[in-house]
Amino acid sequence: MQKQTELAVAANRTRDLPKSQTGIRGLDEITLGGLPMGRPTLVCGGPGSGKTLLGLTFLVNGVLQFGEHGVLMTFEENAEEVASDVASLGFDLPDLIRTQQLAVDYVRVERSEIEETGEYDLEGLFVRLDYAIRSVGAKRVVLDTIESLFAGLKDDGVLRAELRRLFRWLKDKGVTTVITGERGEGQLTKQGLEEYVSDAVILLDHRVHDQVSTRRLRVVKYRGSYHGTNEYPFLIDATGISVLPVSSMALAHEAPLDRISAGIPRLDGMFGGKGFYRGSTVLVSGGAGTGKTSLAAHFLDASCRRGERCLCFLFEESPQQLLRNMRSIGIDLEPWVEKGLLRFHADRPSRYGLETHLSTMHQLVADFKPAVTVLDPVTNLMTVGTFADVQAMLTRMIDHLKTENITAVLTSLTPGQTEVERTETSISSLMDTWIVLANDDLGGHHRRGLYVLKSRGMAHSNELREFVLTDHGFDIAANGAAHATAPGVGHATAGGRDRHAAL
Amino acid sequence: MQLSENHADDAPSPEPKAYRLRLYVAGKTPKSILALANLKQICEEHLLGRYEIEIIDLLENPQLAQGDQILALPTLVRRLPEPIKKIIGDLSNKERVLVGLDLQERR
Repeated sequence: MQKQTELAVAANRTRDLPKSQTGIRGLDEITLGGLPMGRPTLVCGGPGSGKTLLGLTFLVNGVLQFGEHGVLMTFEENAEEVASDVASLGFDLPDLIRTQQLAVDYVRVERSEIEETGEYDLEGLFVRLDYAIRSVGAKRVVLDTIESLFAGLKDDGVLRAELRRLFRWLKDKGVTTVITGERGEGQLTKQGLEEYVSDAVILLDHRVHDQVSTRRLRVVKYRGSYHGTNEYPFLIDATGISVLPVSSMALAHEAPLDRISAGIPRLDGMFGGKGFYRGSTVLVSGGAGTGKTSLAAHFLDASCRRGERCLCFLFEESPQQLLRNMRSIGIDLEPWVEKGLLRFHADRPSRYGLETHLSTMHQLVADFKPAVTVLDPVTNLMTVGTFADVQAMLTRMIDHLKTENITAVLTSLTPGQTEVERTETSISSLMDTWIVLANDDLGGHHRRGLYVLKSRGMAHSNELREFVLTDHGFDIAANGAAHATAPGVGHATAGGRDRHAAL
Repeated sequence: MQLSENHADDAPSPEPKAYRLRLYVAGKTPKSILALANLKQICEEHLLGRYEIEIIDLLENPQLAQGDQILALPTLVRRLPEPIKKIIGDLSNKERVLVGLDLQERR
């Protein structure tokens, strides 16, 4: 919390430092506006960490979004290879070159073809770069990967002196430059380029853990500017690079007073008759078969009836299964799907790493712009990552949804009736509202109960209420009935309740 | 300045100019002046009547740098005979220049 405030203050203070937006989702937020304008930024990382793509995205976005022309000087691949690498992302480099918005110069150095016979400098490189910059009126330059020169030329001393001169020259030219560098042992880059580029350094990391790959980005240094210092997950997918979270920099969520129906009148009644706050996060926890998904389905149905878009992430069932099951209790969601108001996204949690799930969700939320989301069940994500990772991921996701003022219902599977899952307790602090569902088979009767464990900022019922699942969905017993008719349920959850009291 | 200095006109034999050399420089710097002087001397000694030198000043024709993949300056490019050879530096290490031009075995 403290940190967020500091960053907000810092954002104001560093507003004067001119920045060049990358147009990469998340990166501009972390750097509070982009890369230092007119200065070089070093982007380093191991092979396949996305350095080149980051550079290219910076260039292409420069042209397409910010009207700044660019120069790519590539030392490893020729123009055709680079173009075909990024064609799948929708980057049409040949077209940008044809329309003189982008210039690509492939610098090829082959040590075996060169005889060194005395003093030389790299003025030829300067001439080429200068020519390319002038030919398109470039404001952005990417050098990828200039360290290749060390393999091509023998005289390290000359090379280092010339690189130092080059970076100074680029600064004098006032072009915003991205210099990529291969990650080295014990230093950021193999050739210690970080010594020469002191304005900003971004480190990309690509790890594979339990066969799940995770990409992370960290701003190691940013002279004259505050920046997020954490490692941020980033993703390379069909739409290019994005860095998450987009929203982590500000905890200034709006806190709307607007209330929306949960879709079950008596449940609304338990929240003072008005339902949930819009933009709040609701946890629905309970054992298997307690009706968590059904409760969420009521909420989806009600939201669609209001004409609001709903996005539902399924981590267990397929959309077809869910639609069928809900129809059996009288909730027909299919028309909403057909109307385009309700969209499902089903994924096996184990299919990707958490970062990918998180990123996919961000992407879908950005595309579909829902008013309401449901995640069913979040506990299934526990199979993918460590406890801390899942917690961190959900924190980021919820944070993002709140920023977007999206109301979220998360269901959580509690294995036993009295045991409170670690997931629940760990994420409960993120939740504005927590509804607990429970089953009870005492006395040969299968009975269901629910109660509101907490609900921030509103008066709510503390009662345990019995309900039945009918062919028209949830039927919650009238006020006070639960005490009389479902003592067993009350008993079964009492332990859990005591433990929750501290929350 | 894209001049061709033809030093073979007065040579007695009509032998084709087997060596086509191109020297890339960027303005008249001490290094480029030295390189040209060194080059002329080497050619006179070893390629008399068989060479042609073209000097390309990249300050005037920057667009020509890309084609021959020029990076370091000065760079001497042997365009003929093939294969193309590149020799960088002020050409003061004569032995290396000769090796680079295939006029002397690498020791």
